[in-house]
Amino acid sequence: MTQYLISVLHDSDARATDDEMAAIDVFNERLQADGQWVFAGGLAGPDAATVIDARAAAPVYTDGPYVESKEFVIGFWIVEAPHLDVALRLAAAGSKACNRRVEVRPFLDA
Amino acid sequence: MSGVGDALTRVHHEEWARVVATVARRFGDLDLAEEMAAEAFATAVERWPVDGVPPAPGAWLTTTANRKAIDRLRREARRDEKHREALVLSATPEPLGAIDDDRLRLVFTCCHPALAMEARVALTLRLVGGLTVAEIAHAFLVQETAMGQRITRAKAKIKAARIPYGVPLRDDLPARVTGVLAVLYLIFNEGYLASGPGAEAVRADLTGEAIRLTRLVHALLPADGEVAGLLALMLLTEARRAARVSASGELVTLAEQDRGAWDRALIAEGHALVRARLAAGQAPGRYQILAAINAVHTDAPDVRDTDWSQILALYDQLLRVDASPIVRLNRAIAVAELDGPEVALAQVADLPLADYHAYHAVRADLLRRLGRSGDSRAAYDRAIELSGNTAEQAYLTRRRDQLAT
Repeated sequence: MTQYLISVLHDSDARATDDEMAAIDVFNERLQADGQWVFAGGLAGPDAATVIDARAAAPVYTDGPYVESKEFVIGFWIVEAPHLDVALRLAAAGSKACNRRVEVRPFLDA
Repeated sequence: MSGVGDALTRVHHEEWARVVATVARRFGDLDLAEEMAAEAFATAVERWPVDGVPPAPGAWLTTTANRKAIDRLRREARRDEKHREALVLSATPEPLGAIDDDRLRLVFTCCHPALAMEARVALTLRLVGGLTVAEIAHAFLVQETAMGQRITRAKAKIKAARIPYGVPLRDDLPARVTGVLAVLYLIFNEGYLASGPGAEAVRADLTGEAIRLTRLVHALLPADGEVAGLLALMLLTEARRAARVSASGELVTLAEQDRGAWDRALIAEGHALVRARLAAGQAPGRYQILAAINAVHTDAPDVRDTDWSQILALYDQLLRVDASPIVRLNRAIAVAELDGPEVALAQVADLPLADYHAYHAVRADLLRRLGRSGDSRAAYDRAIELSGNTAEQAYLTRRRDQLAT
């Protein structure tokens, strides 16, 4: 089994609607029932981000995201799947549930 | 000695995909499979001239490739204990999907939607078709190094993203099959109009492999109209192969072909598939309409009997599914038969196909029929320049040289 990160892509400060939240709940419950759920969460927008660089002597704090772009990650699922075809099917259901584009990437082997 | 050379060439065409597919299934590693298949063929090149061609060359190659793979993995396992575990795990093939054909697994892996379309075609031609990187690069008019990188990247993605090595489960099949059909059709076309200065005009190994794989997909999804349509299209096209290139290596157009040389069995099979699709009463997709057009052509005992109005009606139907310039170009050929070359010429005038050899070939023919020799000659020149197929170049050159001066 491999764990996959399904990132939810977003391009505005609009929150998920009630309908979207309800659909996401249904999807989450199905993932849990099927044993594919690892973790999921929503994120605050990029304006809430702070970049820290502590590689030098004193950490440097920078207001804002590390890369300015129209689209950003607004939430994610971590799912467990035997191979990419299953992960893609889950991601398609997730995209439909949250009504947004998603990106799928496998975790590297432990 | 040349007998052994011929045997090697033939076995390479027939067995390459099977060797790659078998090693890939057993060890779950496409890179390893391809390298070991290449090593097995290299060993054959050394040994067969000395020892003779083995009675079952395919089995010999598969066994050799498998043994080389095990040797390689053992050597690596000695360096890395974890690798040994991986070998034991991956050596047990995961039963996946609904049909057990190693080459079909390979096709679905190479045609996975997580890969870019151009990578799917390149991988399928390399791993299933056994074409060299140079041949694929030439077929798709890119540099060999760029094509090599494309294939390497695609294989790396298969590994990193965990694209499964297998036929998708039944629920995923319909969506996946569209991409597979597109790739198989591209391979068929590359075989039917092979490119490259040294290439045979028609690569029967490629058309044959495309048909064989499409038959397998059809057996898997008998109710899928587009699979049946593509199979019928390929069969009706393949049926004309023997009549398509003259003894002197020149392309013979549909109108001039010796219809007695067409393969009646393939035509009957193709017509039966087209009739079955008509009887199904569903709205046909692109491949089914193209198959129906070919059925009308192959139905005519003589070119003069061709039902051009039926063909035009089918092209109109095709335009609703696929309004591409190439469809418009082919439709214009039927228009020329019904309404004359002048009407057809006007319809192709603005098509954005300046880099497509067939566009200039069609224009050249229409201009010739209108007596515009100078314009026709220029169009033939451009078509000859853009065509990568030797037989087509020979045909176009003769037609050009027959023009009145």
